[in-house]
This record gives sequence, C-alpha cells and structure tokens, in this order.
Amino acid sequence: MANFFSDNKDLQYHLNHPLMKKIVELKEKGFADKDLYDYAPADFEDAMDSYRRVLTIAGEVCGDVIAVNAESVDHEGPKVVNDHVEYAPGTVKNLEAIVKAGLSGLTLPRKYDGLNFPLVCFVMTNEMVARADAGFENIWGLQDCAETLNEFASEELKAEYLPRVSAGATCAMDLTEPDAGSDLQAVMLKAHWDEAKGTWLLNGVKRFITKGDGDISLVLARSEEGTTDARGLSMFVYDRNSMCVKVRRIENKLGIKGSPTCELVFTNAPAKLVGDRKMGLIKYVMSLMNAARLGIGAQSTGLSEAAYREALKYAHERQQFGKPIIEFPAVYEMLSNMKAKLQGSRALLYETTRFVEIYKDYTHLSHDRKLTPEERAEMKEYTRLADAFTPLLKLFSSEYCNQLAYDAIQIHGGSGYMKDYPIERIYRDARITNIYEGTSQLQVVAAIRHVTTGTFLNKILEYEAQDNYPSDMDSVRKQLVELRKEYEAAVERVTSGDNEQIDFHARRLVEMAGHIIITYLLMRQAAEVEDYRNSAEVYAKLAYAKNKEAASYIFNSCCGDIDVFKAVIDEQ
Amino acid sequence: MKKTLKIVVLAKQVPDTRNVGKDAMKADGTVNRAALPAIFNPEDLNALEQALILKDLCPGSTVQILTMGPPRAADIIRDAMFRGADGGILLTDRKFAGSDTLATSYALSRALLKLSPDIIIAGRQAIDGDTAQVGPQVAEKLGLPQVTYAEEIVKIDDNEIVIKRRLERGVEVVSSPLPMVMTVNASAPECRPQHAKRVMKYKHARTTSELQAAQNDYLNALCNEKEYLNIQEWSVADVDADDQQLGLLGSPTKVKTIENVVFQAKEAKKYTNADEDINNLMVELIASHTLG
Repeated sequence: MANFFSDNKDLQYHLNHPLMKKIVELKEKGFADKDLYDYAPADFEDAMDSYRRVLTIAGEVCGDVIAVNAESVDHEGPKVVNDHVEYAPGTVKNLEAIVKAGLSGLTLPRKYDGLNFPLVCFVMTNEMVARADAGFENIWGLQDCAETLNEFASEELKAEYLPRVSAGATCAMDLTEPDAGSDLQAVMLKAHWDEAKGTWLLNGVKRFITKGDGDISLVLARSEEGTTDARGLSMFVYDRNSMCVKVRRIENKLGIKGSPTCELVFTNAPAKLVGDRKMGLIKYVMSLMNAARLGIGAQSTGLSEAAYREALKYAHERQQFGKPIIEFPAVYEMLSNMKAKLQGSRALLYETTRFVEIYKDYTHLSHDRKLTPEERAEMKEYTRLADAFTPLLKLFSSEYCNQLAYDAIQIHGGSGYMKDYPIERIYRDARITNIYEGTSQLQVVAAIRHVTTGTFLNKILEYEAQDNYPSDMDSVRKQLVELRKEYEAAVERVTSGDNEQIDFHARRLVEMAGHIIITYLLMRQAAEVEDYRNSAEVYAKLAYAKNKEAASYIFNSCCGDIDVFKAVIDEQ
Repeated sequence: MKKTLKIVVLAKQVPDTRNVGKDAMKADGTVNRAALPAIFNPEDLNALEQALILKDLCPGSTVQILTMGPPRAADIIRDAMFRGADGGILLTDRKFAGSDTLATSYALSRALLKLSPDIIIAGRQAIDGDTAQVGPQVAEKLGLPQVTYAEEIVKIDDNEIVIKRRLERGVEVVSSPLPMVMTVNASAPECRPQHAKRVMKYKHARTTSELQAAQNDYLNALCNEKEYLNIQEWSVADVDADDQQLGLLGSPTKVKTIENVVFQAKEAKKYTNADEDINNLMVELIASHTLG
C-alpha cells in the first residue's frame, strides 16, 4: 500500500509551479479538445486535477507493483529465447499494470489516443518509476521515442505508430554500434532502398541497445552510400512485427539488470524513413538525445530519492552505543547533505523540464500556425535555456545519485554491502547514470559553450536580480554574489588561454555555475515553503566550499601545468 | 457468440479496520467510523474484478455497482467506475440505517428485483462485520442459485457459468444456471487499477444529493449534459420496500456485549529443523494469516 506520488511532498510542490499555467495553456490550446474527447479538461484547474489524479495512479503502480517486483527482476533479468528478448516475470507484470492503468502515451496528443499531458508529468512518472526500479524506468521512459516521431515523422507514420504506443507498445532507440558509441558519426548500419519491394531495408549490427527488442524502434542508419560522416545518416522506424532483427546477446551488466541491453543483427529488415534523409544524426538524434538526457535526470533523481529513503530509514532503526545512529553528527550531516543534493537535483530537474516543455510546445504550435514575434523570441530563449540546462542537469543529477547511493551504503555499514538490503541494487543501478546517454565528461563538453557564451551567467544574474528569497537569508545571497563574481573571474582567466586550457578546466567551470544555480533554486523554494529552508542552507554551504575549491584550483594553475598532466599519455 | 450480460456487483464502503489504532472503538463498543478512513471493502474489489473479467469476455455486457450506505458511499461507486464499471446505484435512506445482514439483504434484494441482472457478484464478506451472510441471504431472498468462495470463472455460456471455488482443503469446480449469485474470495485476482482516461472521464460523476450539496453550476450543467455522470440514488420508496423489514425494525441481530480481547501467547511449540516440521509450521502460519 505505498504510493510514490502521495508520499512525496517535494514532487507535489513542483507540480504546482506558477509556470504550469502557461504550460497548460500551450498544451491545451484553448481547451478545444473538451468537445471532442470525454476525458479532456475544460479549464486549467480541471487539467491540474487530472494530472494529480493520474500521477496518484502512477504512484500507486510504482509503489505497489514495480517496487515490489524490483528485487526478483534484478535477480532473474531478461533472457534471449529464440533470438528474442524474454522478460523476467516481474517485468511482464509491471508492463501489464501500466497498460491496465492506461498510463501509456502520457504526453501524446489525444488524436493518437494519448493523454496529452505536459512533459512535467511524464518526467514525474519517470522519477517515480526509477525510485521503484531504475532498470524498469528505461523500459517505461523509452516511450519518449514516440515524441520524436510526433515531432518529425509524417502524418501517415504518426497515425500508424503513435496509437500503438498509447496502447502500451514499447520503444527503443537503436543508435550505437560496436565502433560507434560516443562518436555516432561512425555509424555503419546500412539502409538501402529496395525498388522491387518498395521499402528501405536495414542490414548490420547495433550494440548496447537498451530495450533492443522493443515493439517500435528508431534506427540510425547510413542511407547515403559512400559517405563516412554525420551527413550520410538517416532515421528509420522499424516494426518488430516484421521479425527481421535477431537479438544475438544480452549484456551481463553491473546494474539495471531488468533492462535488456541488446546486440542486434538486422538482416534485410524493412523500415520506414522518418522525416528527411541525411537529417538522422544532425537533427533527430540530437532531439532524441536531449529527451533521453532529461530522462536520465529523472532516473537519477528517482534513484537519489530511493537511496535517501533507505539511508534515513536505516539510520533511525540501527542502534549503536545505545542510540540510533542518526543521532551521531557524522551520520546526520551525511543525511542532510544527501537531502540537499536530492532536493537540489529535483529543483534543477523541473526547472529544466519546464524550459524544454515550453520550447517544445511552441515548436508544435508553430506547425499549426505562424508564431507571433514575441512567441518566436520566447521560443528561442527557452530553446537556449533547455540546451544549456539539459547537460547541466544530466551532469549534476547523475553524479549526485552516485554520491547518494555511496553514502547510503556507508550509513548501512557492513549490512549495506550484503545483498540483504535494497541499497546494494540502488548503488549498482546508479552507476550507469553518469555513463550512458553521454558521460559526465560529454555533458561538460555540451555545457561549456554556455559558460563561454554567457547563458549561465545571464541566468545567474537574472536569479540574482529577483527578490523572491527569504528575507533572512541575505547572508547566503551575499555569498552567492561573491561566488558569481569569482565564477566570472575564473571564466575570464580560463578563456584567456587556448582551447585545451578551456577543456582542461571545463568541468570546474560548469560545476561552479551549477552550484550557484541550484542554490538560487532551493532558496526560491524556501521562500515559499519553510520545509526547504534547511536544504537551501545546507546546499549553500556545499556550494560555497565546492566553488572555493574549484576557484583555488583554477587560480593556482598556469598554462604549463597542462604538460604535467599530459605526461601520462606517453606512459604504457 | 456469448451473450451480453447484465452484471451487478454488491459492494460496501467500510471503515479500514486493517490498521486500527487505539481510538478505533467508541466507549459503547461500536466502531468509531470517524477515526478510520472509509474504503472499498477489499473482497468487493475482488468481486468487481470478476465482473470486469466477465465484461471483457462478453463484450457489450454492463457492470453496475449496487451499494447501500450514507451519501458519501458514492465514493466507491466512482472508484468502481474509474476501474471499469459502467455506473452504479446508491441505496440511501434514513430508514436503512442500523440494518443488520437480514435487513440489508432484504433492501438489496428489493433493488435487485428492479435491476433483474444475469449475474450478481459480491465479495465474500466485509471487513467491518466479517459475517459473510449478505451474499447468500440475497440469493435466498431472490430464489437464485449461489456459488460462494469463488476464485475463478472457468467458463461462461449462454445459460451456464462454471466457477472454481476455493475451499479449506482444496478447490471445487461447480456449474450454475443463470441468473445466479456468486461471492468472491480474497484469493481471486486483485482488482485492476484505476484507469487514467476513465478517471478523467468519470471524475465529475455525482449523485443528486451530492449535486444539491455542492451548489456548483458548472457541475450541475455537466451532469445535466452527460448522462453517464449521473449516479443513481434510490430510496426506500424507489425499491418499493416494506418499512418493517428495514433498518433497526427489520434487524433481529442485537449486540449483547463487546469484549476487548487482548491476545497473549500462552503456549510454546517446539519444532525441529526437519522438513516436515517446517512444512507444518508454514501451513499453520498461512492458515492463521500470519503469513501470506
């Protein structure tokens, strides 16, 4: 009888953000659907009420079904049977529960049988599912592939595939290959047009494909013979019903064991082109990846939530030296830091989600009608913010969930190292989050341009100028101004060097910006809800110390230093 | 081609007695309903699931909830609609107050006569009274065959239903002609969750008295416009019942005393680690509902 929505006040708080008014307006476009669909809302309050009710159902499925099955799924995992994936029994039950609760197609338009919910709600379900079972979150979260179809595919393809997603069909994105991981330009899987059959045919191998045997797969393939770079790649949709893709193996992983990571062999697999040729990597995969990174932000936050709750529970229960261990400074400090990082992750998660949401809604709106100049300007601004905040979120939330899982095991002591408690699974599951969908190092590469072009600084200055912070937290505000000035100076110092110098210090700079931003977000929340006060203060202390450390590193470095680090390249 | 069925599920809103605190009982020995959340009686949810399975098997069938209780019992009718029921009837009237199982089954049977369903499905028993009498009494009053402790519907034909019963030492498969009454065990499949689209479609469903209490023009207009949002409310007069057989007047059951029983472990049992002993212990723990 657990409900992962009802028991989480922080999640409920983020659903009620003031920007939701704008988001619901953009999503519901004058509430025109209310005359066409008996489940469409009539106004803002009606829509919000529906979101809360449906999230409560999702919370129940997560608490009562998915979380309950997590341990057996982790032990049993999926298998390859007759060249296809056979799920663990618990995974099958999870999928059935989701279909019965009618939660699939959460964000898809109603004309494709979807619920037309905002991305914020989808991200919330991702987070709750990940708290229950991070491995299953991949299977749930990949329905986001349908969003890419909805954005770029022809009406014919949408009508064919999207209602299936709403009915519970699973999705996969088949991008990476044995020689094309982080570097997707190297993709070689071949697509050729077969005149006789009147279809594109796919041939080749894909590797490390999450949920690789999904009902509907988006496949990145080389459609332009003789090319070797990104410009020869197109996006295709493959339907599992044609049974032309074999699962050669499922990887044996450290964590997220319920999520099948497949090696796939395509043999004359018929597929349909999505959007325009040659735009596969340049446009569509970029959109897919940004959505996936937001998904990992949610998955990481869900894992942090799970780790924090396990640690808190154990620290209360475990008695040593005649009292519960939570009463020892070493433990309560750890837990408070964990909570601050968890709430900081979530604050950044929903701030980012709202930016992504608004620019995507404007994009959809622009397909229906011409945007006004103000709308166009706003869309551009939110697109830039989404581009900047998405890698920042992925970096922070995934690193934090690893730190939380690590600390949670520490609080469990020797027991945490045993298979007896869920925390060991959470620890293993967390480890992938800062690797897949772009490693932390690659998030820094994506984010650094917003350090050098000033997107982060401008946003920080905007937060600084706002006045919606607790009046008695002025000392923290002063510290943040100090940190901002220091950040500016550090950026100036680093960017005065060459590109290698910038790359070398990039992570430090991105993290400095992130710490300041998250502190502002938590302070803003503390002004509204007293419960956030402690986390805001604790996070401010962490942020101050971390930024001082980074600044000291940067100001104590000079160009020659890099050679000291480069020496390792010559070692064998 | 299976026939379409008219199915009625008997359900009750009960105080949640599964996690009781010290204020669960009042000084006079009656249940303190205010201190306990009102929920859908768990085995009635198992009954609802059986009805929905039948509806899936026989497309075109209808599932109605029939419940007797105060106005707020409309909550469980809405809950059932969110899970797949087509609608429901709330049997509510001050004259029903204080009914024991005999008076309750009389009232329900009067309503059922009006509805004339093919199949009546109820939970085995409610967690507040634990009598398991209402289902069988309804069957007797209507002169219908009854199958109790049902766990699974094995087959449904035009005129016959085959049901698996869960008994103390095994299972029994029986067949019954239609119409009939079945009562469902907790060992039957759990009820499906609320369905997102159904919740959004039916969340504004109201009874007439709820609409009057709310005084909300928007809700009134909505329920006026959409027939499926109206939850029917029937009084004693609507079911043409005899006042003498209702409420306290029609209830021969009298509570003599209420005792507060405190369990105390008095005897110790010894088990060896032999498979047989462990097996016996497990059987005992499952039988006493300590496990499972």
